Amino acid sequence: MVIETRKEGLYCKAGDFYIDPVRPVARAVVTHAHSDHARSGNEMYYASPRSEALLRKRLGNQIDFYALPFGEQVRFGDAVVSLHPAGHVLGSAQVRVQAEGEVWVVSGDYKRDADPTCESFEVVPCDTFITEATFALPIYHWPSIDAVVESIHAWWMANRIRGRASVLFCYSLGKAQRVLGALQDLADRPVLLHGAVAPLTQIYREEGIQLAPTDLAVNDRTRRGQDYSQDLIIAPPGANGTPWMRRFGKCSSAFCSGWMQVRGNRRRRGHDRGFVLSDHADWEGLIRTIKETGARRILATHGQSDILVRYLRERGYEADAIRSRFDSARQEDDAESKEEGAKT
Amino acid sequence: MKRFVELYEALDATTSTNAKVEAMRSYFATADSDDAAWAIYFLSGKRMKRLVKRADLKEWLVEVSGYELWMVEECYASVGDFAETVSLLVRHQAAPRPEAMDLSLSGWVEQRLQALGDNDPAKQAQIVKAWWTDLPASMCFIATKLLTGGLRVGVSQLLLAKAIAASSGLPRPVILHRLMGNFVPSAETYEALVDPNTAASDASQPYPFFLASPIEKDPGDLGLRGEWIAEWKWDGIRAQVIRRGGRSYIWSRGEELVTERFPEIEAACASLPDGTVLDGELLAWKDGVLPFSQLQRRLNRKKVSKKLMSEVPIRLVCYDCMEADGLDLRDRPLVERRQRLESLVTDAADASIGLSEIVATETWEELATLRQSARERGVEGLMLKQADSVYETGRKRGSWWKWKIDPYTVDAVLIYAQAGSGRRATLFTDYTFAVWSGKDLLPLAKAYSGLTDKEIARLDRWIRGNTIERFGPVRSVKAEHVFELAFEGINESKRNKSGVAVRFPRILRWREDKRPEDADTLEQVRELLRPDADTSGS
Ligand SMILES: [Zn+2]
Ligand SMILES: [Zn+2]
Repeated sequence: MVIETRKEGLYCKAGDFYIDPVRPVARAVVTHAHSDHARSGNEMYYASPRSEALLRKRLGNQIDFYALPFGEQVRFGDAVVSLHPAGHVLGSAQVRVQAEGEVWVVSGDYKRDADPTCESFEVVPCDTFITEATFALPIYHWPSIDAVVESIHAWWMANRIRGRASVLFCYSLGKAQRVLGALQDLADRPVLLHGAVAPLTQIYREEGIQLAPTDLAVNDRTRRGQDYSQDLIIAPPGANGTPWMRRFGKCSSAFCSGWMQVRGNRRRRGHDRGFVLSDHADWEGLIRTIKETGARRILATHGQSDILVRYLRERGYEADAIRSRFDSARQEDDAESKEEGAKT
Repeated sequence: MKRFVELYEALDATTSTNAKVEAMRSYFATADSDDAAWAIYFLSGKRMKRLVKRADLKEWLVEVSGYELWMVEECYASVGDFAETVSLLVRHQAAPRPEAMDLSLSGWVEQRLQALGDNDPAKQAQIVKAWWTDLPASMCFIATKLLTGGLRVGVSQLLLAKAIAASSGLPRPVILHRLMGNFVPSAETYEALVDPNTAASDASQPYPFFLASPIEKDPGDLGLRGEWIAEWKWDGIRAQVIRRGGRSYIWSRGEELVTERFPEIEAACASLPDGTVLDGELLAWKDGVLPFSQLQRRLNRKKVSKKLMSEVPIRLVCYDCMEADGLDLRDRPLVERRQRLESLVTDAADASIGLSEIVATETWEELATLRQSARERGVEGLMLKQADSVYETGRKRGSWWKWKIDPYTVDAVLIYAQAGSGRRATLFTDYTFAVWSGKDLLPLAKAYSGLTDKEIARLDRWIRGNTIERFGPVRSVKAEHVFELAFEGINESKRNKSGVAVRFPRILRWREDKRPEDADTLEQVRELLRPDADTSGS
C-alpha cells in the first residue's frame, strides 16, 4: 500500500507525509483550502502556489507553507510526488505519488465542468485512484452553469420588480467566486458580499481571476436604512438566520449547491429557491474520470462511497471504500457551513 | 399541461403565501373550466386511484435508465419521491414533441392517465416509458406524480380558496363552503364553484368546520369565567349533520361523506326540521361514552352489520348549530346558536342525538379541578368557547380553545428508523420506539414529530453510523437512545406484538440522561390501560 489510512488521515509511508490530515501531523500535503481538507496545527504545509494566500487567510499567516507547482515532481523520502489541477476551487490539486513501483493518485475534491475561476482538471494516469464520491448517485447530473446563472439572474430580476433583496447563499470559497465569474456579463450593478466572502474574493482577484464588480454589504451608519431591494447579496450558508440578515428586511433567499438537485433538500433548507451548482463531479464526471485514469483499483472516500464501490465491483474493478470519521457528504456540507457561520 | 407545470413550479419556487396565492389566481383567471377543476382537485391533495403498480413502475425505470434495481432503489431512498427519481434518472429527449406539451391538464388526465388502464400491461409499459423519455424533466415529474397518486405542494385549502375568490370575485367563505364535500373534477363543478349566483347550492354541502387551537397560557388569563362556555372535549369523530330537502347527510372533518356508516344517526336526523345543520361529535355510547377503540370498530366498516350496531351503538353529541330554518347562523353569537341547538335537540327527542352538556363552574379554579376528572369520564379535557363567538372558518385562534389533560408518557428506546417523506425525504425522521418485555424490546409506537431540526440532524447522523441491519427503507439501529413519548390514549390491540396500541404518539424529548435499560417496561405501559392508574409520570 503506497497510501494507507491512519487515524490522522491518508498516510504515505514511503514519503512519510499525510494528505489532508484531520489531526495535526508533521508534514501535510493539502489538496485545497476547504475546511474539511485544510486543518490547522500541522508543522509543514505543502500545496499548490495559488492555495497559499487562501490557506494563510483561513489558517493564519504563521503557517509554514511550501509551494509545489503543478506538474513539478519532487521527492519525499522514497516517494516522488507531484500536484495536478483538480478543477474544484482556485489552487485545488490532486496528489500523484509514485513509490514501490506504483502510481497512486489522490483526487481530493474535483469536478470536470468548465470553471474559469480555477485551473482545469487534469487526467493523471495511475494504478490506484483514490476518488471522492460526494455525489456518487446517478440522480446527480449537473445542468450547464450558463443555464443555472441565467436562472439566478432571472430570480434576481424578478425580486427587483417585487422590491425585494435577493440573498444567495453559497460556500464562501469557490462557489461564491464561480458565481461572480459567471455573472460578469449579466450584473448591471455591484454584487454585495458578506464579510466572510469578501476577503476570499479579493484573493481571487489578486490571482487575476475576472469577476463581476462587488461591494461589501456593510451596515455602517451612513447606510442605515439603505434600500437593498435592487441588490443581489452573496453570503455563506452560516449567515442564514443570523441577525446579519435583518438589514435586508423582506428578502428572497436561495441556496446554491449540488444538493439542490433533490427537491427534499431544497425544502428542508426552507429557501425560496435552490440552484443546482456544484464544485464536485456529478455521477457521470466520476465514472468518466475513473475510466480515463486507467486505474485498476479504485478507493472511494467522501459521501456515497458504498454505492460507487458496488457499482464498480459489478463492472470488474477492484474497489473499496475508505472509511474515516469525517467520511460523510453531509458532514462536509455541515463543516463548511458551520465554520462559515462562526465567522459572521 | 405546460401551464399547470408552470403553476406547480411557481408554487414550489416560493415560500411566500402571497406569491403562492398570486400564482394560483393568475392560473385560474385564464384556465379553461375543466383544467381549473383538475388543478383544484390535485392542489387540494386529492388523488386518483392508483393506475399502475409500484413494482411495475420500478421495473420500467430499471429498463429505461439502464441501472440495476439496487441502484434504482438507492436513488429512490435518497430522493424520497418516486416521480422525482424518475425525472432525475431518465435522460430526457432534448426536443420534446410539442403535442404532449400542449395537451391541456384535463386532456392529460382524462385522455392519457385515466385511459392507461384500457391497455394490456405490455402496452402500458411502452406508453409510460415513452412519456418518461419524451417529456422534459419538469413535465415527466408532474405526469409521473399524477400517475402515482397525489401532488403535495404545500397549499392549504384556505390559500386555494383565497386564490379562487380573487380570480372569481366571489367572497372567500362562499368558495370555501362550495369546496367542501365531494369534489368531482369537471367543467360543471368548476363553473358551479365560481357561479356568481350564490343562492344556488347543493343540499349536501357542509360548512367548513371551525377548529379550536390548543391553549398555551393559563385559562385564567382569558378573562372573566362568565364570558366563556366550557364543554367536555370528546374523544370521538367530529361530524357535521345536515338535514335539507328531506334528506340527511353526515360529514366527517376529513370532508368525507360518512352517512351510510352511521345508519342510526341518519335515521335520527329525520326528526330534525329541514334546513338544519349541526356540529357535534360521533361517539360510541352505551349509558355513557365508550373508549375510542370501540368507535374504531365502526369506522373500519363501510357497511355495518346489525350485530355491530347493537354492540357499538353511536350517539351524536351536539355542540353547535350553523343553520336553522335554512338560515346561516354562523355570524350569530354562540349563546344564541346554543339556544337554537338546545330546542332542536329537545324537539327531535331521539336517543341517538344528544347535547354536549355545558360544564358550569363559578371560577376557573373550580373548572381546573373538574378537568382532573376528564380521564375517568372518558373525555380528552375541556373546550373553552367565548360566549359571544361567531362560528369561524378553519383554525382561527382566539375564541375557541382546547384545554386537554396532560398526555400519558413513557420512556422508550429507538429501535428502527426510516426516511421521512416530503421535505424530510433525505433524513431519517420516522422512528419506531420499543419498551422492554423481559430481555426483549417490543415495538410500542411510531412517532414522527417532536424533535427540533438540530436534533433530527444529529439523530440522522447517528442512525447512519449505527445501523445494524437494513430492511428495505427501514434500518434497525443499536438500542442506545431513550425518548420520552407522549400519547393520548392506550388500547388493547391483538395486532401488535406488544398487545397494546397507543393513540397520537409524539416525541416529548430526547432523554439523553437515560440509558436504554432505564426505559419503561411493557408491564408499566399496561398499567396505563387501567383507567384508575396513576398517570402522573413514568
Ligand atoms: Zn472542497
Ligand atoms: Zn471536501
